[in-house]
Amino acid sequence: MRLREFALGVLGWSSLLVVSLGVGALMAFLCVRGLPALDARLFFGATPAWDAILALRPVWDGIWPAVAGTLSLLAVTMALALVPGVSCGVYLACFASPREREWIGACAGVLAGIPSIVMGLFGLELIILLRRTFLPQGTTCLLLAAVCLAILVLPVLVTATRTAIEALPRQLTLTADALGLSRPQIARHLLIPAAGPGILGGVILSMGRAMEDTAVIMLTGAVANAGLPAGLTSKFEALPFKIYYTAAQYTSAEELARGFGTALLLLLLSWTLILCAKVLQRRLSRRWAE
Amino acid sequence: MRQDHGRPVLLRALALSVSALLGTVIAFILLSGAEALARGRGLSLFGAVWNPSAGKFGILTMIQASLLLALSSLALGWCLSLGCCCALNGLAPRWAARWLMGLLTLMTAVPTVVYGFAAVFLLVPLIRDGLGGTGFCWLTAGLLVALQGVPTMTFIMDGAVRSLAAETRLTATALGMSPLQHLSRVVLPLAGKGAAPLAGKGAVPLAGKGAAPLASRPLLSAAVLGLGRAVGDALLPTMLAGNAIRFAHSPLDSMRTLTAHISLVLSSDIGGGEHLSLLLAGALLLAFCAAFSLLNLKLGRMCRPAVSEQNAGRSAEADPPEIPGARRLAQGAKS
Repeated sequence: MRLREFALGVLGWSSLLVVSLGVGALMAFLCVRGLPALDARLFFGATPAWDAILALRPVWDGIWPAVAGTLSLLAVTMALALVPGVSCGVYLACFASPREREWIGACAGVLAGIPSIVMGLFGLELIILLRRTFLPQGTTCLLLAAVCLAILVLPVLVTATRTAIEALPRQLTLTADALGLSRPQIARHLLIPAAGPGILGGVILSMGRAMEDTAVIMLTGAVANAGLPAGLTSKFEALPFKIYYTAAQYTSAEELARGFGTALLLLLLSWTLILCAKVLQRRLSRRWAE
Repeated sequence: MRQDHGRPVLLRALALSVSALLGTVIAFILLSGAEALARGRGLSLFGAVWNPSAGKFGILTMIQASLLLALSSLALGWCLSLGCCCALNGLAPRWAARWLMGLLTLMTAVPTVVYGFAAVFLLVPLIRDGLGGTGFCWLTAGLLVALQGVPTMTFIMDGAVRSLAAETRLTATALGMSPLQHLSRVVLPLAGKGAAPLAGKGAVPLAGKGAAPLASRPLLSAAVLGLGRAVGDALLPTMLAGNAIRFAHSPLDSMRTLTAHISLVLSSDIGGGEHLSLLLAGALLLAFCAAFSLLNLKLGRMCRPAVSEQNAGRSAEADPPEIPGARRLAQGAKS
């Protein structure tokens, strides 16, 4: 009967190897091909950097418009999702009745499981509906994509905020109760500041989620060539869409090299975000460890 | 404990409107799917034939492709996750476990499109040269979907396995079990059978996409979650699976999943057959994934009535007089 132990050992070691080798190979490949392309020319092409950043001259063969598009998309998304998401999480953790907790929690849970492409389809349907009713000239645009992304990251925000607050030791609330503080006072002056790093970590995680998502924006207004985003109701470029587009439609070696550079850039950005989130959440759990 | 006075009205309104919004989105997609079904009666939307010129818009091939891809990649991914979870919990030496943990954390943050991009230029040529075909096939997409799902599933399993192991380790060691025996004879049977970890406050690792709460049947709930993710992934099948509309018979056949179907059809004929098939595909996906999420919530709730309340009380108490973990050990060993 030592078979089971043997099988488990083999399974464990081989999956460790397979996962490390698989991911390692993909990432090393990306670095080897992408690192040479990662320089100022990748961003701005032949245009002088400051002229491009100040939007004095258009950038033709660089990814600056896509970077700007992704940044503005992120900004609009977070502006839309931040307040509702965090306050919903705070409400769930501090004030909700068990019934509400169950219902809102289930809603967020279901929505967290929805594939992002379905959310993109939702955006497309929404704009078709609007065109039929109020907005005959409406079209897919930055605002629409941001709305859909905001709905997509809402559950992430809600859950992260709620978990951060619920992970605090219960004695904190008990002591405050005993001292005669009201529930809103406890939440505002005690729980939210104490859970601050965890909440911030959740916000950063949801930013990462919004930044990398391709499926939503490809149905709601991302295009391959739009220049800098001109406004909330215009089409836009975005890094993930640029990568997707390059993989399918590249025409020259330079374009492919730019694609590798872009992919590496997006990867590094995502890793930076998750490392920040992780450091913040670890700091929170360490502070209340004892 | 919960008094009604002093519940901030504004916050409550905001929370309720957020959940109403979420509910509306779900209802909207399901309703437009139902509407598509009603409007597209003559188009045999659930048929096996996709032939726009003959007015046939059947998505059965895509349903088959989605299921095949999801189930095959889940089978591979789940085994890999189980292996990783064992490696993290005592099988591998500490340095290897640390390395794996770091790698998995980084993996949660790798954008899908980056996986897809790297695979198009690395894995696709390998498969094309090694096994024949175009390289854009079920196998390629399946491998990547499996790899992409590993970190989430591993973290779910790891959270529960870690606290179960901590609970029973002392007793198991006292009985002379090796770490591997402890894992295979006690912890994994407990994890598979469904025993909520008593110490629910174990460090839940940071899972990039949706943090993982401690599940009561971690092995099952990891599979359910992984299946939902595998069905719902859009980018990898679109970029890697070839997108031909036909039934796939071998792993080297090209296939088009429901998600790829949605992301590929950019038709402008609103209300036409293609568009209706999109709506139906979206509603099907949503129903699928919502069912999985609900199942998962139910799994999570079965064994932990109001976890936070109980744990708080428990952690303040002294250890119970019985030998810690002995009852658990007996439970596990019986199986």
